Amino acid sequence: MFGVRSEQRLLQKAAAFVLDVVGQERFMSALAQCRALLAAFLASAAAFVSTSAPAQDRAAERAAMIETIKGHARSGAHSIDPAVLKTMGTVPRERFVPEAQRGAAYHDRPLPIGHGQTISQPYIVALMTDLINVRPGDTVLEIGTGSGYQAAVLSPLAAKVYSIEIIPELGKRAAARLAVPRFDNVKVKVDDGYYGWPEHAPFDGIVVTAAASHIPPPLVEQLAEGGRMVIPVGGPFATQFLMLVEKRRDGGITTRQLLPVSFVPLRGGPSR
Amino acid sequence: MRAGRMLPVGLISAAVLGYELLLMRLFSIVQWHHFAYMIISIALLGFGASGTFIALAQRWLVERYPAAFAASAALFGMTAVASFAIAERLPFNALEIIWDPRQLGWLAANYALLILPFFFGATCVGLAFCRHPGQIGRVYAFDLAGAGIGALGIVGLLFLVFPSTALRFVAALAFAAAAFAAFGIVRHRWLAAGGLGLAAAFIAVSLPPSWVAPEPHMSQYKGLRIALEVPNARVIEERSSPLGLLTVVESPTIPFRYAPGLSLANTQEPPAQLAVFTDGDSITAITAYGGDPAKVAYLDRTTAALPYRILERPRVLILGAGGGEQVLLALRAGADTVDAVEVNPQMIDLARNRFADFAGGIFSRPNLHLHLAEARAFAATAGERYDLIQMPLLDSFSAAAAGVQSLHENYTYTVEAMRDYLAILGPDGVVAITRWLRVPPRDSLKLFATAIAALEAEGAAEPDRHLALIRSWNTATLLVAKSPFKREDIAAISSFAAENFFDISWVPGISASDVNHFNQLDQEYLYEGALALLGPERADFIERYKFAIAPATDNRPYFFDFFRWRALPELLALRTQGGAAMLEWSYLILVTTLVQAAILSAVLILLPLWIRRDALGKALHRLRFGLYFLALGLAFLFIEIAFIQRFVLFLGHPFYAVAVVLAGFLAFAGLGSAVAARWAAAVGRGSAVRGIALAVGVIAVLAATYLLALPSVFERLLAFPDAAKIAIALLLIAPLALFMGMPFPLGLGHVGARSETFIPWAWGINGCASVLSAILATLLAMHVGFSGVVMIAVVLYLVAPALLANRLTIRTMIPFRS
Repeated sequence: MFGVRSEQRLLQKAAAFVLDVVGQERFMSALAQCRALLAAFLASAAAFVSTSAPAQDRAAERAAMIETIKGHARSGAHSIDPAVLKTMGTVPRERFVPEAQRGAAYHDRPLPIGHGQTISQPYIVALMTDLINVRPGDTVLEIGTGSGYQAAVLSPLAAKVYSIEIIPELGKRAAARLAVPRFDNVKVKVDDGYYGWPEHAPFDGIVVTAAASHIPPPLVEQLAEGGRMVIPVGGPFATQFLMLVEKRRDGGITTRQLLPVSFVPLRGGPSR
Repeated sequence: MRAGRMLPVGLISAAVLGYELLLMRLFSIVQWHHFAYMIISIALLGFGASGTFIALAQRWLVERYPAAFAASAALFGMTAVASFAIAERLPFNALEIIWDPRQLGWLAANYALLILPFFFGATCVGLAFCRHPGQIGRVYAFDLAGAGIGALGIVGLLFLVFPSTALRFVAALAFAAAAFAAFGIVRHRWLAAGGLGLAAAFIAVSLPPSWVAPEPHMSQYKGLRIALEVPNARVIEERSSPLGLLTVVESPTIPFRYAPGLSLANTQEPPAQLAVFTDGDSITAITAYGGDPAKVAYLDRTTAALPYRILERPRVLILGAGGGEQVLLALRAGADTVDAVEVNPQMIDLARNRFADFAGGIFSRPNLHLHLAEARAFAATAGERYDLIQMPLLDSFSAAAAGVQSLHENYTYTVEAMRDYLAILGPDGVVAITRWLRVPPRDSLKLFATAIAALEAEGAAEPDRHLALIRSWNTATLLVAKSPFKREDIAAISSFAAENFFDISWVPGISASDVNHFNQLDQEYLYEGALALLGPERADFIERYKFAIAPATDNRPYFFDFFRWRALPELLALRTQGGAAMLEWSYLILVTTLVQAAILSAVLILLPLWIRRDALGKALHRLRFGLYFLALGLAFLFIEIAFIQRFVLFLGHPFYAVAVVLAGFLAFAGLGSAVAARWAAAVGRGSAVRGIALAVGVIAVLAATYLLALPSVFERLLAFPDAAKIAIALLLIAPLALFMGMPFPLGLGHVGARSETFIPWAWGINGCASVLSAILATLLAMHVGFSGVVMIAVVLYLVAPALLANRLTIRTMIPFRS
C-alpha cells in the first residue's frame, strides 16, 4: 500500500537529514567524513530509485494526462478546446505541487498543497479553462492563485493573467514559481479577492477558485460584456459542479450550472 | 460478597462508556462526524477481542484476578490518553479516501490504536465475570449501573469542561478503579494501590492539556482552519458543551461577507461579521448592526426574503436562530413580533450577551423573544398563531454536499413536522424553508414531496396552489401556504424573482416557458420534478429518480438520506470525473462500517472457538449458545436505539434523549440483572430458561404496547416542563429495561454452570453483537423505520430462550410464548 514512492521519499528524507547533520560538522571529525560518504551514497541511491524523474522532463506523463482528460471529456458532456489541451501538455505540473507530492503530480486527481487548499484535478483545470473561452489578446483574472498551476495554464492562452491569493504563503510561493520568462504575462498579488483588480478591468474571463457564499458584486462589475466567469462549487477534493456566469452584450447576467460528468438523475431518461 | 469488591467494575464501566461518548466529541472536532462514527464503532470491537483474549488465558488471569484487573484498568487509563493523542496526530485525511489508497492504511491505524483502550476496559469486566461465576447477576448489575452513570456523568462534565480536560478525568477514573482493585492483591497491596491512586491524581491534575487537545489537530480542510489561514483572522471566543465546540472568529482585514443565496443583482457589501463555527465547520454569522436597516439591505436580495414580499407586518417564528441573520432580516422587513428558537444555549449566550453590542442588541428588542428549544418540539407545543415560519440554512454547504448528515435523525423536515407547522399558522400564513441547491436536486425535491404529503393530510384540495419554489444559483426557498396563494401573491413572487435574477421553479399557474431563465440547469429538474410530484405520476417519478426523495416521516426521519443502491455503480464508475461528489457518503460509510465490523466480529468470535474447540463442548451446543448471546446483543441495542429515537421528539433534543434513555436503560437493566436470580427462583420455579422465557414474554408485550401507545402519550404530555418529561421518560423505560436486564445474566449463569470456559466467549459475542447492532439499527431504521426495528428485536427476544433450552424445557416453555 505504501508503494515505491514513499520508499523513495524515505530515502530522500534520510539523505537530506544526514546532509544536514554533515553541514554542521563537516570539518569537525573524521566521523563526519564517513557520514558524508554515506549521505552521498544515500542521495545518489534516492536519485536512482526515483526513476530519474525529477531531473527529466516528464513529457510522457503529461501526454498520458492529456489522454485521460480527453477520455473524461468524451464520456462527459463537454468537449475541450484542443488549444487548452495543447497548453496543458506543455506546463510542468510537477513544479506546482509540494515536494512530497511530485511523484503524483500527473495522477488523475486533486492534490493537497497545504493551508487547507488543493491543486485541482487536471480534468477540472481543463474544463474551467475551456469554459471561459480564452482567446488571444484576452485579459483574465483569477481569484485564488493556490498552487499557481491554473494561472500557468492560462498564461500561453491569454495576453495577460492577473491572479490574487488571500493566503500570503501560497501567494508568495506561486509568484516565485511563475517568475520565469515563459510566464512573464502573469501577475500575482496577495490581497482580498472580493474587489477584483480594478486597475486592469474589464476582464474577458474570470476564474474564481476560492470558495464563497456568494459572487462578489465587484467581480461581476469587472467582467467585460460578453465575458465569462467560472466557479467550481464543492468540497476541497470533490467538485460538485461548475458555475458559469455570463455577462451578455446587453449587460444582463445569466448563470449556468454544469456537472463535470454526464449524469441523468432519472432512470430511463427525462420524465416526459 | 461485599459490594466493595464490585466497585472497581462499576468504576471501569463508567470510565469506558464515558470514554466512548467523549471520543465521539473529540473526533467530531478533529474529523467529521461520520468518520468519527466509523472509527469508534470499529474500536468498540475491542470488547469482542477481550472475550477472545480471556477465553485463551482464562485460568492464568483468574488466578491473579486483582493484579490482572488492576493492570487492565491502568492500561485502559494509559491507552485512553495515549491512543487518542497518537490517533489525532496521524496524517489521515478522510476527504482523500477516493483518491489515495494510503488513507485506508491511516484509517486502519486509527482503528488499531483505539481498539486498545476498549480492549483493556472490557477485559476488566470480562475477568470479573470469570472470577465470580456464581455472582454474574451482580457483576452485570455493577457493569450496567456504572455504564449508566458514566453516560450521564460525561454529559454533565462536558457542560463544565472542555473535552480534553474530560479525557483526563476519564483516565484518572480508570486509575482509581485500578487502585481499588489492587487492594485485593496479596502482597504489596498498599504499595500497588497507593501508586495507582497517585497516578490517578497526577493524571487528573497535571497531565499537559496540549497532549490531547483536539483543536490543533483539526483537519486543515474544515471551515475554521481555512478561515484562520486568512491574515489577522483570530479566535476571540471558544465555548464547549455536549452540543458542540463553538469557535468565534474575527477577521478584520478580510471580512467574511457570509450571505448565502444572495442575488447577482445585489451591489451592497455585507457589513463586518463574526463567524461562529460548530465543531470547526457549519458557519453561522453574527452581523455587525448599528441600527440602520439600510446597512443590511442586501438581505432583501436573498431567496429567504421572498415571504416578506407577500406578508405585511408578519408574526414570525424562526426555527434555528444561529447568529441571527434571519432575525435581522425579519426586523428589517418590519416583522410585528419575532420568536427565534435556538437549540444550543451557548449560541444564545454568544449572540444575546457576549456579542450583544456587536450585533446591535437585536436579541434584546422588546418584540423579539429568543427561546432555548429544539425546533420541532417548540413548534409542536406552540399555541401561537404565526404568519411566517422561517427555516433558515444552518448547515454548511460542504456538509450538505458530502451528504454527511444522513445518519442523523431529523424531525424538523418530516411530514408530521410540516403538519405541526401548518397547524400553528394563521389563515394567510406561510412556511418558508431554504436549502442549498444541489445539482442534480435532492433536498428541494424531497421537501416539495414532503409539503405535498402534509398538505394532502391536512385536507388541501389542490396542493399545487399552496406551493411556491424559487432558486438562486446556490439556494432554493420553498413556500408552503396554509391557504391557496392569491393572484396578487403570485404576482409579488414573480416580480421578486425577476428583480433578483432568481428562477421560479414552481408557482401556481406556471408554464414551461416561465422556467430556467437566469440560472440555467442542463434540464429544469426542479420544475419537472414539481410537476411530476403534483400529478398522477408521482410514485413513478419518485421510483425512477436516482436519489431517494420520498418524504421522510417520524418513523423514518432521515430527510438527509438520499442514497439509492441503484445509482451506486454508475456514480462509482464516474467517481474520478465528479461522480464522487454525488455519492452519499454517510450511508456508504454506515454500510462499510457494518461490513468491517461483521468480518472482524466473525474472526473474534470464531477464533477462540476454533482454538479451544475441545474444551467448549459439543458443536451443536456451542452454536446454539453462541446464537443466544448474539440474539440478545442485537435485540437489546435495537430496542434501546429505537427508544432513543422515539424519545428525541419528546425530550426535545437528541443529546438529552441519548443521555436519559441510555442511562435509564442501563440503570434499570442493571437492577433487573441484580434481581434476575430471584426472579428465576420465584417465577421460573428455579429454572433459568423458564425465567428467561417469562422475561422475554413481558418484554414483547411491553415493547408492542409502547410501539402503539407512545406517540399518543407523547402528544398529550409534550407541553410538560423538562424535568417532568425526564421523569416520565425514566418511568416508561423502567419496566421494559428491568426485564431486558435479565436474559443475559440468567443465560450466562445457565451456560456457565455447564462450562466456565464458555463465559468469556459469551462476553465477547455480546460485545461484538452490541457493535453490530448499533450500526444495523440505524441502517434498518432507514429502510423499515423504528417500528420495524422494534418488531425485529421482539422476534429475536422470543426466539432466544429456545436456543438455550434442551428439548424438555422447550416443550414446557411453549405455553408462555403464545
